[in-house]
Amino acid sequence: MAVRTQFENSSDIGVFSKLTNAYCLTALASSSNFYSVFESELADVIPIVHTTIGGTRIVGRLTAGNRHGLLVPSTTTDQELQHLRNSLPPSVAIQRVEERLSALGNVIACNDYVALVHPDIDRETEEIIADTLKVEVFRQTVASNVLVGSYCALSNQGGLVHPKTPRAELDELSSLLQVPLVAGTINRGSDVIGAGLVVNDWCAFTGLDTTATEISVIEATFRLQGQTSAAVINEMRDSLIDHYA
Amino acid sequence: MVTMDYEPSSAGQESYILCADCGTVISSANGSGLCVGCLRNSVDITEGIPKEAVLSFCRGCERFASPPTAWVTAQPESRELLAICLKKIARPLMKVRLIDASFVWTEPHSRRVKIKITIQKEVLANTVLQQTFVLTLVVHTGQCPQCTRLAAKNTWKATVQVRQKVTHKRTFLWLEQLILKHNAHKDTINISEKRDGLDFFYTERNLAIKMTEFLAGFVPVRVKGSEQLISSDTHSNTSNYKFTYSVEIVPVCKDDLVCLPKSQAKAWGNISPLTICSRVGNTLHLLDPMTLQQTDVSAPVYWRQPFESLATVSDLVEFIVLDVEPIGTTRGKYVLADAQVTRASSSGTQADDEGMGDDGIYHTRTHLGGILQPGDTVLGYHLTNANFNNEAFESLDANRIPNVVLVKKTYPNRRKKNRTRNWKLRSIAKEAEDVNESAANVVGRGALGRRGGLDQKNVERDYELFLRDLEEDRDMRAAINLYRADQKPEEEEDGEDVQMGGARSKPGSGMRGGKRRTGAGGARADAGGMEVEDDGMAEDAEGTEADDEDEDFPEIEMDELLEHFEEMDMGDELEGGSEVQ
Repeated sequence: MAVRTQFENSSDIGVFSKLTNAYCLTALASSSNFYSVFESELADVIPIVHTTIGGTRIVGRLTAGNRHGLLVPSTTTDQELQHLRNSLPPSVAIQRVEERLSALGNVIACNDYVALVHPDIDRETEEIIADTLKVEVFRQTVASNVLVGSYCALSNQGGLVHPKTPRAELDELSSLLQVPLVAGTINRGSDVIGAGLVVNDWCAFTGLDTTATEISVIEATFRLQGQTSAAVINEMRDSLIDHYA
Repeated sequence: MVTMDYEPSSAGQESYILCADCGTVISSANGSGLCVGCLRNSVDITEGIPKEAVLSFCRGCERFASPPTAWVTAQPESRELLAICLKKIARPLMKVRLIDASFVWTEPHSRRVKIKITIQKEVLANTVLQQTFVLTLVVHTGQCPQCTRLAAKNTWKATVQVRQKVTHKRTFLWLEQLILKHNAHKDTINISEKRDGLDFFYTERNLAIKMTEFLAGFVPVRVKGSEQLISSDTHSNTSNYKFTYSVEIVPVCKDDLVCLPKSQAKAWGNISPLTICSRVGNTLHLLDPMTLQQTDVSAPVYWRQPFESLATVSDLVEFIVLDVEPIGTTRGKYVLADAQVTRASSSGTQADDEGMGDDGIYHTRTHLGGILQPGDTVLGYHLTNANFNNEAFESLDANRIPNVVLVKKTYPNRRKKNRTRNWKLRSIAKEAEDVNESAANVVGRGALGRRGGLDQKNVERDYELFLRDLEEDRDMRAAINLYRADQKPEEEEDGEDVQMGGARSKPGSGMRGGKRRTGAGGARADAGGMEVEDDGMAEDAEGTEADDEDEDFPEIEMDELLEHFEEMDMGDELEGGSEVQ
């Protein structure tokens, strides 16, 4: 299920929100329209947290996380950290990262098992990522872009990457991530996937400019067609039964 | 064992995405995420280029306005018109690449011109779109500034009135050739002949000023400018003037005899008062033939104390040189010499007619010692029997006035020969032709002689004298352009009035009818009328003489002549010649 929305007339909703399987962060806006869209889709399932990071609204670009944890940059204030700690489920570890590349959302792309990171990221940071998010970390580029977080969107079901990613690189990334990847665009031809799209295992939000074709690509890639959380559980059950049969 | 090398295949380097709009599979290379069709739908590269424009067209002269100020004649669907139309959208077109432009046919009366324009523009990195659109131009009819002026009978803005108060037209014939050589008439919109001169008309003041400066560079002149207010606008503080420049040329010509007032002669290097004008450049050169002393008179100096010429070229008479004896003084090409001359026309009994009781032989001192030989013919002023009404001349000591002042060598034998000239001069007659169409049956020499009657005859005579001057003076020739005449002797004999008058037997032409003015003895039959004599009669009188050539005649070499005379329409002159007869 992919939903189109807009943050104060901007289609780059990935900048202002962060979505994982365990929680959702949204920026503080002048109206609550943006928050309401997330709320209507997710309210019953996961907590949705209004926050700022280091006083800014670009929460999606400054943070990285999955259902195991949340990484915030060193600019995050203690107050914000406290607020997040109070709002997020106790199973989610929150970690402040002293990293020169402080826009963690741009330099880290992750699902619940694997993370692709900027090739120049600190070794300590890499360890923190692996420990906090409980993922395997790979230093990678996407279509020759080092900002892997900006140019791809990942979930446990699949991933959408920069439209110019060659097929060979697509195959390589796909084998690292163990999910199918598709090259595509968002927001009517834009190639900054991370900025235009936030996605988890059953739900996706895209910018308002996204065309029907792009929505259909997203739904196919992230297996969102007609899927609710119940359908996902059914599917998992089926596979378990298959596995143990 | 076979080693397998890893070769990245080029196929793996490509990537395909779905077009964001229509969902077809496309290469992602264009960077827009859209297929070409969808990209074209979403981006309009003709944005900002006007699809309609206005074309100004002058109904009077049928020309199109070509921005910013020019008016150009252009046929429908011509290159020129296309250029004018594209100029209308030149600025927006700068931002795109023009691929093609062509006319779409429109009914002429629709007052619409349609142009199909194909442009290219790079919309995103590496993505060039091509698009075709139609530009419609509405033809607005109006009047161009020239036609407006014409309609208001206000065709010129500045005029140059050139005047020389002398009896002959030689200066203007000479000026015409100078103007032609230097192309100084190219901005002139009209030339009209007036008494004692010419008027040149211009559309702009600066063009007229340019003309006055051109004239000042070649002849000593006095320029007086004046202006007439046509209209003024108090709101914009602009006014519209007509400018008139009166250019008066010094009325002293080459070979004129000049008698300076005594005080003036003293001031100018104590030169002898009786001088001849040896040359007219942008200053007058006065030469005392007795001492070879020279003085230059610039135009401002002349106009401070103007003087008239005592005798002019028409007063020259022919003398035969009997003896020449250089006395050793030279200055440039001039050699001072003592000469004995006698009147060429006197036939023994003439001496009595002179009433002087002498033998008709005159002793004089001349500056022509370098070129005169015994037996030569020379032109000079015969002062003995001249009667001048000139204060300065009267104040001279009568004993010190020479009987004869020789001026220049002449070649009368040359004249007798019934030969055609192998050269011609150009004329601005063609341009000046439309000046007065009422005088269509009056054809003159270039801009001159168009007023008909006696004036035209004078011009004909002056023109022939002018041509002779050119033939005899190498320096003069060097300053202007001569052209090779076409070699059609039969036609020339009948139709060309450029040639010698002797070839023309019909009466009433300017050459034949020219009655020469004689100096003092008006009643005396002037059988030796110096130049414009009836050649037929002259041949009768001198037919027995040996037909000797003048060896030192300054022949016009063929390489002095220019080609391309054919380019100009000589039909005008030929036709004119027949009409005169």
